[in-house]
Amino acid sequence: MKMVFEKRKNVSIGAQFLVPIISFLISLLLSGIMLAVFGSNPFTTFAAMFKGAFGSMNGFSETLVKAIPLMLTGLGVALAFKLKFWNIGAEGQLTMGGVATAWVALFWGNGIQGPLLLVVALLAGCVSGALWAGIPAFLKTRLKVDETLVTLMLNYVAILFSEYLYYGPWRDPKGYGFPGSAPFPENAWLPRIAGRAHAGLFFAIALALILWIVLRRTRWGFEISIIGASPKAARYQGISVERTIMLTMLVSGALSGLAGACEVTGISHRLQQGLSLGYGNTAIIIAWMSQLNPLAVPFVSLIMAGIMVGGDQVQLMMGLPSAVGTVIQGLILFPMLAGSLFTEYRVRWIKADRKPVCVEGGA
Amino acid sequence: MKKLVLGLLAFAMVFAMVSPIVAQAKKPLKIAFVYIGPPGDMGWTYEQERGRLAIQKAFGNKIETKYIENVPEGPDAERVIRQYATAGFDMIFTTSFGYMDPTVAVAKDFPNVIFEHCSGYKTADNMATYFGRIEEARYLTGIIAGRMTKSNVIGYVAAFPIPEVVRGINGFTLGVRSVNPKAQVKVVWTNTWYDPVKEREAAVALLDSGADIIAQHQDTTEPQKAAQERGKYSIGYDSDMGKFVGDSVLASATWNWETYLTKTIQDALDGKWKTHAYWGGLKDNVVQLSSISSKVPASVQSEVEAAKKKILGGWSIFTGPIKDQNGKVVYAAGQVIPDDKQSAMDWFVEGVVGKVQ
Repeated sequence: MKMVFEKRKNVSIGAQFLVPIISFLISLLLSGIMLAVFGSNPFTTFAAMFKGAFGSMNGFSETLVKAIPLMLTGLGVALAFKLKFWNIGAEGQLTMGGVATAWVALFWGNGIQGPLLLVVALLAGCVSGALWAGIPAFLKTRLKVDETLVTLMLNYVAILFSEYLYYGPWRDPKGYGFPGSAPFPENAWLPRIAGRAHAGLFFAIALALILWIVLRRTRWGFEISIIGASPKAARYQGISVERTIMLTMLVSGALSGLAGACEVTGISHRLQQGLSLGYGNTAIIIAWMSQLNPLAVPFVSLIMAGIMVGGDQVQLMMGLPSAVGTVIQGLILFPMLAGSLFTEYRVRWIKADRKPVCVEGGA
Repeated sequence: MKKLVLGLLAFAMVFAMVSPIVAQAKKPLKIAFVYIGPPGDMGWTYEQERGRLAIQKAFGNKIETKYIENVPEGPDAERVIRQYATAGFDMIFTTSFGYMDPTVAVAKDFPNVIFEHCSGYKTADNMATYFGRIEEARYLTGIIAGRMTKSNVIGYVAAFPIPEVVRGINGFTLGVRSVNPKAQVKVVWTNTWYDPVKEREAAVALLDSGADIIAQHQDTTEPQKAAQERGKYSIGYDSDMGKFVGDSVLASATWNWETYLTKTIQDALDGKWKTHAYWGGLKDNVVQLSSISSKVPASVQSEVEAAKKKILGGWSIFTGPIKDQNGKVVYAAGQVIPDDKQSAMDWFVEGVVGKVQ
């Protein structure tokens, strides 16, 4: 006997709604058991987590702070995944976006006055992220180099490059030697809307809507879905697969680059350690949980950010070790990912000698 | 069933009436600590946590303390500090240099909360800074290292090239050279406070390049362990590392936060707390020299004891003549480096091999 995952032909609406709810209940049950083992009341802990993430204006604004980069990188990754272009380099694209934005904010301030500096800085972030994503796209389309490896390795290059800058030439001369660039001038700060939550939220929501419409209504969106289903079929239809991959990756990278640009202009106001807390990697999970639907990305990001912020409450208020918070985050994600897998795929047991027909790989 | 519900209701009402009175009678001062590593690092955070436990014990139910561990320096630290402030904490201690700007930002938004930042230089009406002259204890450990080295190369695993660390290296080196002018102190930067793997790698690199004693400015005991595994001595920092690693740790320059914390929390309880910049030394008991390993000969121990007496008597370890790395006298005989120059120190004294960058 052999287990295979078979893609379901159609998924009932009921399953689409019920499965996430059931998965969520299972996650609560699992993490509840773990909390009980640690001698902490699961209900008060969950209440504290929820209250910490959504219960107060301050907590909610911190959840938004985390949700914004998750939304933008999540959109970028989902877009690339639609093409079956495995862009796992959102982290690097985000970092390069932050670097270019910092460059403009730090060194162009004399030439560009007023809020225009912020606009140019944000655009520079988008362009930089796009170019960074363009490298694997170019290598893939021209030289058939596997994009998974290239995007992954470029993450490290980007992060080390940004470290070189703020440990080295960009280090704040007034910072007493502590790594980090000088603070940006205030006209390069992204306005904040509540607490630390900044205007990047509007970009993220608007871009999610635009992307959703573009993917459904334009020729480009149509080409992406054809290529995603079968590049061969796309070629027969006369679609330039290479050009579409290139264009899509530039947009994907620009979205992550904008995430980095918003982080430095909206939150840290300088280039320093902790620019990304693994947002670009979490974006991969978000893209899958949203089933690559741009409209779902903001909501999934918000839930994910809530879990991250709420998870800290376990430590802050309940006095449990920080690892417990991280384990709870994992226990919440795991059943949800499993749930989405089983919604899309059906498990079938087949005899080992029989060749499966039409089997697609799992997520 | 009805009776049970009624009983519960009655109980709830009585409780609701009584509880505000009870709460008012002794509402504890809520205090939070933000840590960069885990208390189990046996070094920096271990000492911070020892301070927290000591004050919790001393003040009993007058205070209620909480802590969060493993908070990275940088923008995300602001969120954590903010969460404590929002949750109604009265006093928040942020215990790493990189928390300084985030603490300033949150302090601005919560004028009724007291903030205390350890090891920085910025203050506000509701934000104090506190630290200790650990270099005084380091000077004493330097005497031991200077006497015990055979290769005349002492390795120093250092975190960031900021004044706090530079001061420590200079104080240590002055101690070393006061007894052994031929010895050199080789510095390697790790650019991290807490990273057991990097700390160990740096120590190994120093041992490979000829160092026979390892000193350090990090958060864990890893450099000490690396030295011990090679059969070499080390000088500890933060806590009495000999207790955790063994007698290959000749002595440690240690923190002792209890005295300071007790005073500032008492002030807060009495409503007398005012912003301040505390910078205590050996005589204030905020920094200490640990017990000395039995591997150190008695003659060296008494040499250390004599120097300690001198410092306790008011002598500054930064008293000239002090030369820089080029051998140029920057502070003449008898001249003392003033505090403001000490807190911005960005140059090495003669005998240090390495660059501040």
